[in-house]
Amino acid sequence: MVEEVGVNDTGDLIINVGPQHPSTHGVLHLVITLNGETIKKIEPHLGYIHRSIEKMCESLSYRQFIYVTSRMDYLSSHINNHACALTVEKGLQIEIPERAKYIRVLMDELTRLASHQLWWGAAAMDVGALTPFFHAFREREMINEIMEETCGARLTMNYNVPGGVMADIHPNFQRKTKDFLKFFKTKLPEYDEMVTGNIIFQNRMKGVGILSKADAISYGCSGPTARASGVNCDIRKLYPYEIYDKVQFDEILDSSGDCYGRYLVRMEEMRQSISIIEQLIDNIPEGDFQAKTKAVLKLPKGEFYTRVETARGDFGVYIVSEGGLTPYRIKFRSPGFSNLSALNHMACGQKIGDMVAIMATLDLVIPDIDR
Amino acid sequence: MELNNQNPSQEAFPGDVHPSATGGIVVTKLDDVINWARSNSLWPLVFGTSCCAIEMMSTASAKYDWSRFGFEVARASPRQADVIIIAGTIVNKMAPVLKRLYDQMADPKYVIAMGACATSGGPFFYNTYSVVKGADHVIPVDVYVAGCPPRPEALMHALISLQTKIKAGGRPEKMVIEHFYDKPEK
Amino acid sequence: MEREALQARISAINPEITFEEGGEMLNVYVEPKDCRDLLQTLHNMDDLAFDYMFCLTCVDWKTHLTMVYHLESTTHRHIAVIKSKLDRTNPEIDTMCDIWRTAELLEREVFELFGVRFINHPDLRNLLLTDDWEGYPLRKDYEDPINMIKL
Repeated sequence: MVEEVGVNDTGDLIINVGPQHPSTHGVLHLVITLNGETIKKIEPHLGYIHRSIEKMCESLSYRQFIYVTSRMDYLSSHINNHACALTVEKGLQIEIPERAKYIRVLMDELTRLASHQLWWGAAAMDVGALTPFFHAFREREMINEIMEETCGARLTMNYNVPGGVMADIHPNFQRKTKDFLKFFKTKLPEYDEMVTGNIIFQNRMKGVGILSKADAISYGCSGPTARASGVNCDIRKLYPYEIYDKVQFDEILDSSGDCYGRYLVRMEEMRQSISIIEQLIDNIPEGDFQAKTKAVLKLPKGEFYTRVETARGDFGVYIVSEGGLTPYRIKFRSPGFSNLSALNHMACGQKIGDMVAIMATLDLVIPDIDR
Repeated sequence: MELNNQNPSQEAFPGDVHPSATGGIVVTKLDDVINWARSNSLWPLVFGTSCCAIEMMSTASAKYDWSRFGFEVARASPRQADVIIIAGTIVNKMAPVLKRLYDQMADPKYVIAMGACATSGGPFFYNTYSVVKGADHVIPVDVYVAGCPPRPEALMHALISLQTKIKAGGRPEKMVIEHFYDKPEK
Repeated sequence: MEREALQARISAINPEITFEEGGEMLNVYVEPKDCRDLLQTLHNMDDLAFDYMFCLTCVDWKTHLTMVYHLESTTHRHIAVIKSKLDRTNPEIDTMCDIWRTAELLEREVFELFGVRFINHPDLRNLLLTDDWEGYPLRKDYEDPINMIKL
């Protein structure tokens, strides 16, 4: 850590940012080589929250390993659990009832909204605006309350199980969600007034951290980071799962590739999520919420890969099974890992203050990267 | 042990104020006043490693506001902070960093281990090669909070318990933590 | 491109390539020495155009290690999974990080967790573990009696 800090042979300054720093992304340690205030090289040092999840899952059963993925990307915990449940169902070849599909997609979109709200508050706080943080958390608490009534937990809910969802939705769920949407739709114009149209914010974000389309594909970026560079990569549109082929929503693309483009893509995605929830909330079909499965699950010999679209990008679960009670090898393809690898390319030549703006719009969650 | 009716964390001021012609005279013990002042203005260090950090941020924001209790500013530098709330898992690579932050804090300093991971390794206890099974292997801890992640109210309970512990000043009979689920048998 | 056409096209590149029956994605087995040429061809040819690598990992079968590359084309929307069997005692394979920039960090992770050496990698060192870590944790014969508490 400290032994690298100092002045190197060509007179450049080498500094440490992190692993403990006021930015709320987690424990990321960056070693930055500076010439004055201009960045010459950024090197991320990872591993400060490496909890050996992939090794641990080799000794957990197929019902048990789902809870661990909640803790990886904790802001899209539903969507991570959804990917694991889909992979196990693909292996066992179970069909889940329609009601469970609708509930899963509704919970996914609420989670996406909550994640983008927290991203918005944290991004504004990183570039210096402290007030939007409290506004974002006020709305996020409303979603947490809805989740808590149905799933039992506010942050790491293990609601998806192989076969469907764990319990039926609470009778208040539909009413509370509709009230929340009515309230939130009056808040989005406020968000635009506070931050999006703010001239200081725009000057800090426009033209900063440009990522071209070819670079985004080569670095493996996905999610809003790549969509702001013009890459079509929304898994919900390309390889639809559950009932995403039946709902109407747009894939938001932007061609600028800078921080402001990534910001606008996420704000518009919030509106698309609201539209998806509105289409589904009144049309949940009656039926079972869980398909009948055996008590002990055993996947047949083979390999299974599932991709879903989390709030950060393309999350993949790759299970190699040898027919036993526990998986032989699990690999979690995390979207943050590839998004982070593009940081050095985006930030070279910019000032150190721009590095903070780029990190804010990349929307990294470090436990997702370190696993 | 019977439950003390007057919870020491709810006392307004530890001492007697006698009004007199030229102002007021305060009669108290210096230890009590110092402990009271310290406990009501603890400044936490911004230190969150994983999911519990989000619940800590929820506790800091408008719905479960912790600045009502004196935790107003969350300082980024350990030299200006009083209490470190370890929110998240500690792994082998992070342990020296945590020790260094704790050493940089000035006395008196307090530690709260928030969540199951910081208490004992949590869900990552079995079959992991890189997790420190409990933050108290690295630094001494004052208050442990259970939960994965603990609710904001649970964290507030921990903060108020820490305030009670400081005001008690090492005297066990003064350390009365209210348990909302233990009702004394009448 | 459909799966059969893709299979025919890939086997035309190198006749020694074998395919796996069944499976949801097209699985291709290639020798480590031919792996880089195959992947370069898959990236460069216009009708294949595999420009997006979305997963790079390794699996420890107790007699050998297998490198697994998941590739996708953003223009044609086909997916292929390239696998390569490595010798367990001395696993070595060429690096792919000049073809896909995402492979730089992914290969560092496989290096420290499995011990696979990537030839011509610009910066091969530990990413997630400490620099002085001994052993390769994700291999099946990794024992750590101090840290790992068995259930």
